[in-house]
Amino acid sequence: MAAKQSEDTTGQKTAEVEKAKLIPVYVMGKRYMVPETLTIMKAMEYAGYRYIRGCGCRGGICGACATVYRKPGDYHIYVGLACQTVVEPDMYLTQIPFYPANRASYDFESLTASPEEIFKLYPEVFRCIACNSCTKVCPMDVQVMDVISAVKQGNIEKAATLSFSCIQCGLCTSRCMGELPQYHIAQLARRIYGSKIAPRAQHMAEAVEAVKNGKYREMLEKLMKSDIGQLREIYKAREIEPEMADEDWTPANRDYL
Amino acid sequence: MPYTEELKNLIKAVERSRMERVARKRRGEEYPAMSADEAEEILKRFHPDYKEEGRRELKVGPSKGYRIAHEFADLLEARSRVNPDMIDLSRVDVETDVLIIGGGGAGTAAALLAEENGVRVTIATKLRHGDANTMMAEGGIQAATKIEKDSPCIHYLDTVGGGHFKNEPELVYTLVTKAPEVLMWLERLGVMFSKFPDGRLHTLHAGGTSRKRLHFCGNITGTEIMRTIRDEASNRENITVLEFSPAIELVLNEHGHCAGAILYNLETEEYIVVKAKATILATGGCGRLHIQGFMTTNHYGATADGIVLGYRAGVKLKFLHTVQYHPTGAVFPEQVEGLLITEKFRGAGANLLNIDGEQFVYEREPRDVESAAIIRECLERGKGVPTPAGKLGVWLDSPMIDILSGEGTVEREFPGKFIIYKRFGIDISKEPMLVYPTLHYQNGGLEYNARGETSIPGLFIAGEVTGGVHGENRLMGNSLLDVLVFGRIAGENAAIHARDKARDGKLSLDHVRAYHKELEESGVVTDRVAPMLLPDYTSPKVRERQLTTHHLGD
Repeated sequence: MAAKQSEDTTGQKTAEVEKAKLIPVYVMGKRYMVPETLTIMKAMEYAGYRYIRGCGCRGGICGACATVYRKPGDYHIYVGLACQTVVEPDMYLTQIPFYPANRASYDFESLTASPEEIFKLYPEVFRCIACNSCTKVCPMDVQVMDVISAVKQGNIEKAATLSFSCIQCGLCTSRCMGELPQYHIAQLARRIYGSKIAPRAQHMAEAVEAVKNGKYREMLEKLMKSDIGQLREIYKAREIEPEMADEDWTPANRDYL
Repeated sequence: MPYTEELKNLIKAVERSRMERVARKRRGEEYPAMSADEAEEILKRFHPDYKEEGRRELKVGPSKGYRIAHEFADLLEARSRVNPDMIDLSRVDVETDVLIIGGGGAGTAAALLAEENGVRVTIATKLRHGDANTMMAEGGIQAATKIEKDSPCIHYLDTVGGGHFKNEPELVYTLVTKAPEVLMWLERLGVMFSKFPDGRLHTLHAGGTSRKRLHFCGNITGTEIMRTIRDEASNRENITVLEFSPAIELVLNEHGHCAGAILYNLETEEYIVVKAKATILATGGCGRLHIQGFMTTNHYGATADGIVLGYRAGVKLKFLHTVQYHPTGAVFPEQVEGLLITEKFRGAGANLLNIDGEQFVYEREPRDVESAAIIRECLERGKGVPTPAGKLGVWLDSPMIDILSGEGTVEREFPGKFIIYKRFGIDISKEPMLVYPTLHYQNGGLEYNARGETSIPGLFIAGEVTGGVHGENRLMGNSLLDVLVFGRIAGENAAIHARDKARDGKLSLDHVRAYHKELEESGVVTDRVAPMLLPDYTSPKVRERQLTTHHLGD
């Protein structure tokens, strides 16, 4: 792959890891020596793994690289995202790139905002025994058990906001004694809240209407036909909304509105 | 790891100048923005796109002679992953109405609209459904929804200004006029936008905007949109998703129409022939090519596959000579290098500062200008902040945001980043972040029109794989908008094509044979194959010992 290019590159290549101290980690029980500064993901790649599963955004938001591990002489199960967690000496780790979970299918348009809808689709929500294993295993620090309690209490708004950081990695489901698919239940709660409980943005409907009625067509067509010189002038003359302006700020210049 | 003692000492310079900078902001005073001439000058001197030694002329294909980055040229001057003579096209494995290649934002939006237009849809995606740059878009989505102060016309002006006035007018027209409608669609699907109690949407500035038009869902806007539309796609019976099955070649038919694709099952290593009445390429971007050695914010699968597929089949390139470097990628801690630090931090008021704690650029310049200014500060003026790993960066003064907008704002508005840094012992509401430009977005791509059509009947494209709507530089908040607006359009038009216009015919890979022949005739000698599919980050020492003749992804 290597492209030939000048030495004088403005890019900054990945740091040398050669100098770092090597420590042992156990990938699914097998020992590898890896630089101590790396994340689990980079350490496995350093060791020679080439990911198909278990690797996604590499930025802590997609839920592909959920990892569980233990440390020597410690009965706890620890969790982390492989792309965000730095290796530790003698950690025993495995990724759980997929865990089967029941997902209900529904016609979203026809659902109401009633909690009964969620109960019907996911009756197993009442199998929760409040053991809190889900919360303990969440790599995003979501209060998963509280999300489920909120659903049971019919508080969809609370379930939606509490679960907002969920990355749907499925670790909660893997540990659940009641066999709940918490992350699917939370997804449904968020959609119901976003669409059917939170007040709609009225100004958005007005904007859609204005476009439909052709309010901007002529102005836009004129802009599209302008040459670069004219556009540059109009662009330069734009009135900039001040950063600290209040929500009710309006421009002095009403052109193009 | 937390900041070292050396870095903590350097942070003192930032703290010393902070209150004066905050006071200036409160008075409504800003660091002067660059004039058009200054911007042009700094781009020419410091932006990686302008480095002639970073690119070369293409030797083959419909855009032969076009100068683009070596990393793209390497892929376009490579052989197919399939030997056309070994594939039996009379044995079709999957037959569908609309095949969508790519399961990110554009592909999924396309699937929903195609399905609503009454056809069967198959999504083929390289990794999992939703594994895409869309998922990682943090900042937000632009749309002129507050018409008492904003309009699609002003959105149009901001967009073409950011794109150096070279954007395709028809495409921008479509982008800005469809924007409010797309947001309303998302709201109806249940996307949790950040709102005032009465339902009015919160909006912020982005680099290069003249009105606060950036809508957001906390700082995980892309994730919230992606998981919502993916969830909806899972509810539709006529949408089938094939995961871990990237397309490695388009299939044409005897009429020259696109008629499907060859997929490759990454796990079983089988080739799969898919026959479709219409095909949509929505494969996303290219960050994992690490152009000019830059680190990237992009998803693991962002390897420009669609460019290779479309180009080989005969679609021209547009604006692929420009890629976007996001001004602010993390350079410290080393573990998260390349991590995107959303522009929203600067939209909320955080300054960029050099090693002496001095501001050297207005923090809301368009991205290309902002990046060039950071590179100049580090490389020419020698005022970069050195990291323990031997890199350079500049400070992004996030604590200003808490002072300007109230304690707790950083944690509330940027929960994702707050948590990640906290894990490394850094409190970004009290300490600044160290950043440097990072490869972020493929401004250009394959040529198309406002209906999502390419020069090949039956082949539609949408999202980052396309070139034209953003000109030479995309504005923040226009990429999520792009994937949804044009994903929906491509989906609808592909469905109509499949229903009314598709012509059945004998399947063919002759275009691949012809491309191979052209490579040979142009004197390109290579054993490289493309698309790349996945990057290889195994250590070179291990690779020396990996002696199997077939190794995935090379």
